[in-house]
Amino acid sequence: MDEKLPPPSPQQPSLSEQDETLERERQSRRTFLMNIGIALNAAVAAVIAAPVVVYLFGPVLRRKEYRSWIEIGNVSDFPPGETRLVKFRNPFTDPWDGATGNIPAYVRCSAQGELTVFAINCAHLGCPVRWFSESQLFMCPCHGGVYYADGSRASGPPERGLFTYELKIENGKLMIKAGQIPTLSNRAANTPCPSPSESGKPALVSRINPCPPTDRPGTSASTIG
Amino acid sequence: MSANRPPWYKRLYDWVERRVQLEGPVKDAALHPVPQSTASWWYVFGSASLTLLILQVVTGILLAIIYTPSAAHAWDSLELLNHSLPLGWFLRAMHGWGSNFMVAVVLIHMAQVFLFGAYKFPRELTWIVGVFMLLMTLGMAFTGQVLRFDQDAYWGLGIGVSIVGRVPFIGGQLVDLLMGGPIINGATLARFFTLHVFVIPGTLLALTALHVWMVLKLGVNEWPMPGRIVRRQTYIREYNALAHKDGIPFVPGAVWKDLFFSAAILLAVAVCAAVFGPYGPKGIPDPTIINTVPKPDFFFLWIYTVLSYLPPEMETPFILIVPVVAIAILIALPLVAGVGEKSWWRRPVAVFMVMLLAVAFAELTNLGTYTPWSPKMSAWSSAPVPVEFLRNRTPLERQGANVLQEKQCRNCHALGGNGGLRGPALDTVATRLTEDQLYRQVLLGGGNMPAYGSALSPAETTALVRFLETLHPNDQRPATDASRQVAEQGGLPTSKSTVERGAGQINVR
Repeated sequence: MDEKLPPPSPQQPSLSEQDETLERERQSRRTFLMNIGIALNAAVAAVIAAPVVVYLFGPVLRRKEYRSWIEIGNVSDFPPGETRLVKFRNPFTDPWDGATGNIPAYVRCSAQGELTVFAINCAHLGCPVRWFSESQLFMCPCHGGVYYADGSRASGPPERGLFTYELKIENGKLMIKAGQIPTLSNRAANTPCPSPSESGKPALVSRINPCPPTDRPGTSASTIG
Repeated sequence: MSANRPPWYKRLYDWVERRVQLEGPVKDAALHPVPQSTASWWYVFGSASLTLLILQVVTGILLAIIYTPSAAHAWDSLELLNHSLPLGWFLRAMHGWGSNFMVAVVLIHMAQVFLFGAYKFPRELTWIVGVFMLLMTLGMAFTGQVLRFDQDAYWGLGIGVSIVGRVPFIGGQLVDLLMGGPIINGATLARFFTLHVFVIPGTLLALTALHVWMVLKLGVNEWPMPGRIVRRQTYIREYNALAHKDGIPFVPGAVWKDLFFSAAILLAVAVCAAVFGPYGPKGIPDPTIINTVPKPDFFFLWIYTVLSYLPPEMETPFILIVPVVAIAILIALPLVAGVGEKSWWRRPVAVFMVMLLAVAFAELTNLGTYTPWSPKMSAWSSAPVPVEFLRNRTPLERQGANVLQEKQCRNCHALGGNGGLRGPALDTVATRLTEDQLYRQVLLGGGNMPAYGSALSPAETTALVRFLETLHPNDQRPATDASRQVAEQGGLPTSKSTVERGAGQINVR
């Protein structure tokens, strides 16, 4: 079989023939109907796409539901002068979340009845800070952020002190408003700062940074050669 | 049956070919002439990237048979792959090492294309598509690291979330979109699974088809020669002359080197997988286990380093602006420098850029492997004060050594080569700071050191400073405040000069 059989395809028009056809059809009824068909598909696509967009943005549209008051222990569990690690089940979880639905936090009791609840997440990039009671410091294992016992920034890259949860005490129970991972831009972080804020920061930084660093010792530029 | 009737497989082939008619295009692609100079070992990295992409697709599909994209079960399914399913560990290792090799080969391919000027006219769009393919490849590497749902993945996501949360105005909404909910949980993993398995690979495969199509249509870049300038008017004619007069067909003239290198790369991946095994998973992704030191995978270590060295006020602008600018530069490169010299002999800035980036990447990655900026969380309890620093010390000084350990000073300060690297080593601190300066530094901090005033009693502070005062070499005196001596003598200068007193000479304590 030296000679190849020609392919059993219909004859294709040449390029110039295609151009001629296009030119001829430009003003035809068939083209008009095709354009209507395209418009119809575009309209249907928009109708179908709208629910898809709503579906995709679901996590944003539901954000009001995320935070709620939950109990994390008795006030008497937190003796004055101590900072303790607590764990709670996030109020907003799915059944398949497993251990990721468990959230840790630090409860500090500075004096009788004076409680602060710190988020575990470093204000720099969210790594879990560790409490060292001996030196009264929180240290972050990722980039070396360090905070004082009251949550204010001591050193390292964080722009502000630790995030705190809104809290209230009901019938001797400590309740916090939790449910959302704290970041520099959500309301979980928007509670009063542990240390008084200073002004005079560049506009961009102070706007995204609800708690600018204070002039505490240790935060300034190097004082030793 | 006639004697010269072809065998059955030939007849089957012809039957299929008459219907699909692919032989023509395939032959066109395989036999297209390429300049002889391109049949080089330098031109094998593109095809090797494609080979690795295919390897990743195949091993990825095989892993998806077992992997469970549920936050409660993903870690267990990885453990099952590692330990219970025969050779499951090997497939995980192939996919993990394949990913490492793919990022590396893609970067080498990009550097080669850049140095050979292959992004210039008419291949500008091939380069731009390639830039997006690089981003997709890095996206695959990051999302793949998330699917290995362990502590590193969890806190790596936390870092991603914190970065996104810094976007002005819409940061909060973006965080919700990224996580699929209020916290890192099952919804987050499902999102990253969808990205890693459907969205990014689908886009990457489509872009790869386009990229290869353009390579075939525009021809393989010729070996650059100094003085052979790319001009829009003449380039095509010159290339055709090279490809047709001094050309060879791509198959087999150039492809055999591609085949050899692809085989070598696949073998290297398999050897690495067999010898080093799969990556993790490390600890279970339980955020209440806070005794963890999260670290990104190798190819993102340099970012980790950059994030720790940026001054706080520069960080947000840097994180949000620099990646955009970098990508814009890469995309704009062929549009701005689309003609002219291709040879690296005539493009010193280009060569130095590649060298600078390579050295910066290597150094930042190196720093990222031992993280000198992070406190060593266990140094205070695991790295004792070396005995020679305690010999012949007074009880008060030894008590100071206790304070040094107990107050976690060692987490940031090394002693005897052991301890954190965040602050300076303390072996010779007494030669640098006087007693008063030591008190000041301990109590008030400064120079990125926290103030310990509220965490130390006066007695502890005294003991600590007394101990620090002993930390100087035997042949070097501790730093002293000359004015204090003068003050103690009622404002009169000392009778002997520094040289007469023999300062800086032997003073054994």
